[in-house]
Amino acid sequence: MHDILNALALYSNYVIVPGLAYGSQLALGALGVTLIYSILRFSNFAHGDTMAFGTMLTIAVTNVFLGWGISAGPLPTALLALPFGILGTVAFVLLTDRLVYRYYRKVKAASIVLMMASVGIMFIINGIVRVAYGPAERKFFDGERFIIKARAFKEMTGLDEGLAIRSTQAITVVVALVVMIALFWFLQKSRTGKAMRAYSDNEDLALLSGVNPDKVVMVAWIIAAALATIAGVLYGLDKSFKPFTYFQLLLPIFASAIVGGIGNPIGAIAGGFVIAFSEMGVTYAYKRFLAYLGPDGWVPDSLMQLLSTDYKFAVSFVILVLVLLVRPTGIFKGKVL
Amino acid sequence: MKNVLYFAIMALAIIGAGELQSWTFALTILNLCIISAIMALGVNIQWGYAGIFNVGIMGFAALGGVAAVLVSQPPIPEAWSAGGSGLGLALLAFLATIAAVIVLRVKTRGMLRKLGTVAIVVGGFFLTRYFFDPAAGAIESVNAAKAGNIGGLGLPIMLSWLVGGLFAAGGAWVVGKVALGLRSDYLAIATLGIAEIIVAVLKNEDWLARGVKNVAGLKNGVVPTAYDLQQTEWFQTLAGQVNIDVITASSLFVKLIYAGMFTVVLLVILYLSERALRSPWGRMMRAIRDNRDAAAAMGKDVTRRHLQTFIIGSAVVGIAGAMLTTLEGQFTPGSYQPLRFTFLIWVMVVVGGSGNNWGSILGAFLIWFVWVEAEQIGGHVMNAVTWFMAEDSELRATLIDRAAHLRLLLMGLILLLVLRFSPRGLIPEKNSA
Repeated sequence: MHDILNALALYSNYVIVPGLAYGSQLALGALGVTLIYSILRFSNFAHGDTMAFGTMLTIAVTNVFLGWGISAGPLPTALLALPFGILGTVAFVLLTDRLVYRYYRKVKAASIVLMMASVGIMFIINGIVRVAYGPAERKFFDGERFIIKARAFKEMTGLDEGLAIRSTQAITVVVALVVMIALFWFLQKSRTGKAMRAYSDNEDLALLSGVNPDKVVMVAWIIAAALATIAGVLYGLDKSFKPFTYFQLLLPIFASAIVGGIGNPIGAIAGGFVIAFSEMGVTYAYKRFLAYLGPDGWVPDSLMQLLSTDYKFAVSFVILVLVLLVRPTGIFKGKVL
Repeated sequence: MKNVLYFAIMALAIIGAGELQSWTFALTILNLCIISAIMALGVNIQWGYAGIFNVGIMGFAALGGVAAVLVSQPPIPEAWSAGGSGLGLALLAFLATIAAVIVLRVKTRGMLRKLGTVAIVVGGFFLTRYFFDPAAGAIESVNAAKAGNIGGLGLPIMLSWLVGGLFAAGGAWVVGKVALGLRSDYLAIATLGIAEIIVAVLKNEDWLARGVKNVAGLKNGVVPTAYDLQQTEWFQTLAGQVNIDVITASSLFVKLIYAGMFTVVLLVILYLSERALRSPWGRMMRAIRDNRDAAAAMGKDVTRRHLQTFIIGSAVVGIAGAMLTTLEGQFTPGSYQPLRFTFLIWVMVVVGGSGNNWGSILGAFLIWFVWVEAEQIGGHVMNAVTWFMAEDSELRATLIDRAAHLRLLLMGLILLLVLRFSPRGLIPEKNSA
C-alpha cells in the first residue's frame, strides 16, 4: 500500500501536476487559434509569436512596477502587469487586422492567402521581439515559489516521495479556469457572444439577421489577443520566456485545436490536456515508478522511458496524425470546410 | 524584357557588393543565392504547379544535409562491428512491424483489426527498441570524442546531391501518404511538425551523424580546399600573375568552382522544371490546382498527382540541402531554423512569382541578397536611429547589437507588401502555356 502511494506521489509530481499546468497553457493557446479559425476562417501562424509579444510587454511592465517598488507580495508581479500586457497586445493585433487582414476579408481572399499574411505578421513580430528583447532566455518570476514543498509533503504524509506544487502551476490552473469560465459565459449568454457563434456557424444567415461582421471580427481578435497574452505569460512564469520556444509552441497548440475539433472551444480545451498529458506521459522515465510497483528490491535496468524528452514534438504530431486519419473532425465535432 | 532587366539589376547588385565590400563576400552571397534558388524551385513545383502548401522545407533540406555526411564521411568499421548487427536487427524488427500491420489491416475487419493494429504497433515498438538501444549505445561509445557514429561510405560528396534528393523524396513519400489527403491548412501543420521531428532526430541521434556535436571537415574529394590550394606551386604562381595575395585568391578560386557547379545543377533543374511545366503533365497539374473537382471529374487522380508533385518538389529541396552542406563542409543540425529554412524560402517564392520558375530564381537571389545585406546594414540603420542617445549608452549598444534581427521585420514587410500590392509576384505566371 505504502509503495502504491509512493508511486502515485512520484507520478503526480512529475507528470500529473506539470501536465495540468502545461495542459492549461496549451488549452488557452488553442482557444485563441480555434476562435480565429471559426470567425476569420484561417490558421493563424502568428499566434505563437503573438504570445511572445504579449509576454514581452508584460515583462516590460513588470520591470517598471518592480522599479517603482510595487509587487504582488507572494504572487508574481507579472500578474499585476498582465492587464497592461493584454491591452498592448490587443492594440497591436487590432492594428495588424486593420492594416493587413481587413483587406483580404474585403476581397474575399482564399484562406491560404490569409495564412500567408499571418506568416508575414509572424516575421514582423519575431523581428520586433528580438530587437526589443533579444533572443535569449529570461525568467521573470518573483514571489513565493512553492505552495507545497517536497519535504513538507513528505513530513505531512510520511511517504518517501515528495510532491511539490509550485505556485506557478497553481496560478496557471486557477487563472485558466477563470478565463475559460468567463469565455464560455460570454459566448453562451452575452449578445455579442451569441452573434459570434451565429457568425461562425453560418456567415450568410448571421449577416441576414443583422449581425455586424466588423464587430464580430474585432471582438474575436480582442479575445484571441487576450488569450494569447495570458497563455504566454503563464507559460513564461511556469518555465521561462524565450522567443524561439514560443514559436515552437505553435505545433502543440495547433495539434490541440485540431485534435479537439477545430472551431470548437470545448474541443480546444480537451485537446490541450490530451496533448499535454501524452507528451508528459510518453517522455517520462518510468524506472522508479515501476520499481515501487514491482516486487521488493527489483529495479528496472533501463530508464523505462518510451521516448526521450527531445521528441515531445513527435508526440503531438503522432496524435495529430492519428486523429486526422481516424476522426478528421476531432474528438468533439469541429468543422471540416 | 522587364525580366531581363530584373536579372541585370540583380547581377549589378552582386557585382556592387563585390566592388564595395569584398569579392569573397559577394561570391559567398552568390553561392547561397544559387542554392536558395534551387530550394525555391522545389517549393515552386509544389506550390506554384500544384497548390500544395508545404511548411516543412527545413526538414527536407536537413535530410539532404545528412545525406552529405553519410555519403562522404570515411567508414568506421569499429562502429559497425560494435553495433551493426543490432542496428540491422532493429531495422528488421521495424520493417516486420510495418509488414505485420499491413497484412493485418488487409486480412481482418472490425474490432480485431483495430485492437490487433494497436497490439502489433506497441509490440513492434518495444521489439525495435530492444535491439536498437544497446546498438546505438555501443556505436556512440566507439571513439566518442571524435566520432561516436556510424560514419559514412567514403564516397565523393557530390554523389550525396543525388542521395540527398532520394532521402528527401523518401521522407516526402511517407509524409505525403499520411497528410496529402487533408485540407491545405492541416497539411501545412503536418509538414511543420514533420520538419521539427526530422531536425529533432538529427539533433539527438548521435549514432547517426553525431547530433549536436556536429560533423566538421567533410572531405570533398573533388574541389580542393582553399588551404590545399595555397600549398600548390602552380596556384602560387597563378596568384602572382593576377596580382592577388594567395589566401584571398585561393578562397575566391574555390568559391568560383562551387558557383560553377551549382549553376550547372540549377540550370539542369530549371530546364527540367520548364519542360515539365509546358508538358501535358504541367497542364494537368495547373488544372488540378485551379479546379480540383473539375480535374477529378475528368478522371485525374488528384491525390496521386499531389503525392507525385510533393515528392519531386521535396527531392529538389533535398538536393539543395546536400549542396549547402557540401559548400559549408560541415553538418550542424542546430543551424536548421524554420524562419531561415522554411519561411524565408516561402518569401522568395511569393516575391518572385508563384508558378513561374524564373520568378522563383529571381526571388531567391533578391531575397537572399537582401537578407544578408540587411544584417550588415541593420547596424548602421540602428546607429542612425539612435543618434539622440549618448555614445556610451548601454541601451544604444544593445540595440545596435540586436539590429541584425531587424531583417526579420524587413522580410515580414516585404512579404506583406507583395501579397497585398503585387500578389502575382515580380515575374507573374504566364497564362497561356
